[in-house]
Amino acid sequence: MITVPQLFFAYFAVAMTVLSLLVITAKNPVNSVLWMLALFFHIAGLYLFLNAEFLAAVQLILYAGAILVLFLFVIMMLNVKDEIIGKRFIKGWPVGIALVMSILAVIYFPISRLIQGPAGQYTIEAIRAETNSKVLGRVLYTDYLFPFEVASLILLIAIVGAMVLAKRRA
Amino acid sequence: MVPLNWYIILSAIIFLIGVAGFLTRRNVFIMLMSIELMLNAVNISLVAFSHYLQDMRGQIFVIFIITVAAAEAAIGLAIIVSLFRNKQKMHADEIAEMRG
Repeated sequence: MITVPQLFFAYFAVAMTVLSLLVITAKNPVNSVLWMLALFFHIAGLYLFLNAEFLAAVQLILYAGAILVLFLFVIMMLNVKDEIIGKRFIKGWPVGIALVMSILAVIYFPISRLIQGPAGQYTIEAIRAETNSKVLGRVLYTDYLFPFEVASLILLIAIVGAMVLAKRRA
Repeated sequence: MVPLNWYIILSAIIFLIGVAGFLTRRNVFIMLMSIELMLNAVNISLVAFSHYLQDMRGQIFVIFIITVAAAEAAIGLAIIVSLFRNKQKMHADEIAEMRG
């Protein structure tokens, strides 16, 4: 028997698969970025479905709002005219597809033998009692404080690296 | 109730589409976007595990992955801009200076 959540998930699964296929097959990179925008909205919807409200907001603000706009800015600076006339795929594309099929075979066996582990302490009721973002923040700033600081270092290196790479040579 | 398996299969399908895009497209730009696609597929599976195992650690990892994805997009786009400025090329099969 198919229930309403399963229908909801089925819509999201089909839409996300089609959108990601459109992302990798679109001829114009601008179209590709816009399909990816629609895909990110669907992913945010799926996060809401999985009770991850904070991550849904982060997905929209950071991925759709910041990273994709960065991609669009770079396309604006580059020339995409010859992309529309030229070929889309490399000469050895069947090798790539064969590699994808072999990865599919490798991934299939663990998924088909999946056994769910023991459940933790953050049940839906426990999270609802003190909101998703509060629980997330407490775990992030106590148990994962050191990785959080390392992440700030990664961002610093990205800032410096991007400036050094994109600077015009004197 | 949606089984956990469905989410993992969806995540695997999107990841494999990302791998296919990375391996078959000529444009360096679309290859970078395929990497973003793969990172998002992993995020979906981590959030699904976090919900079904009732543990917040999956969502914490997603925050770190988004941080690394932002850094990777900034560096990758800077490399593409400098490549285009120096060589006027942005196709993976034309960039063969190292005879690879």
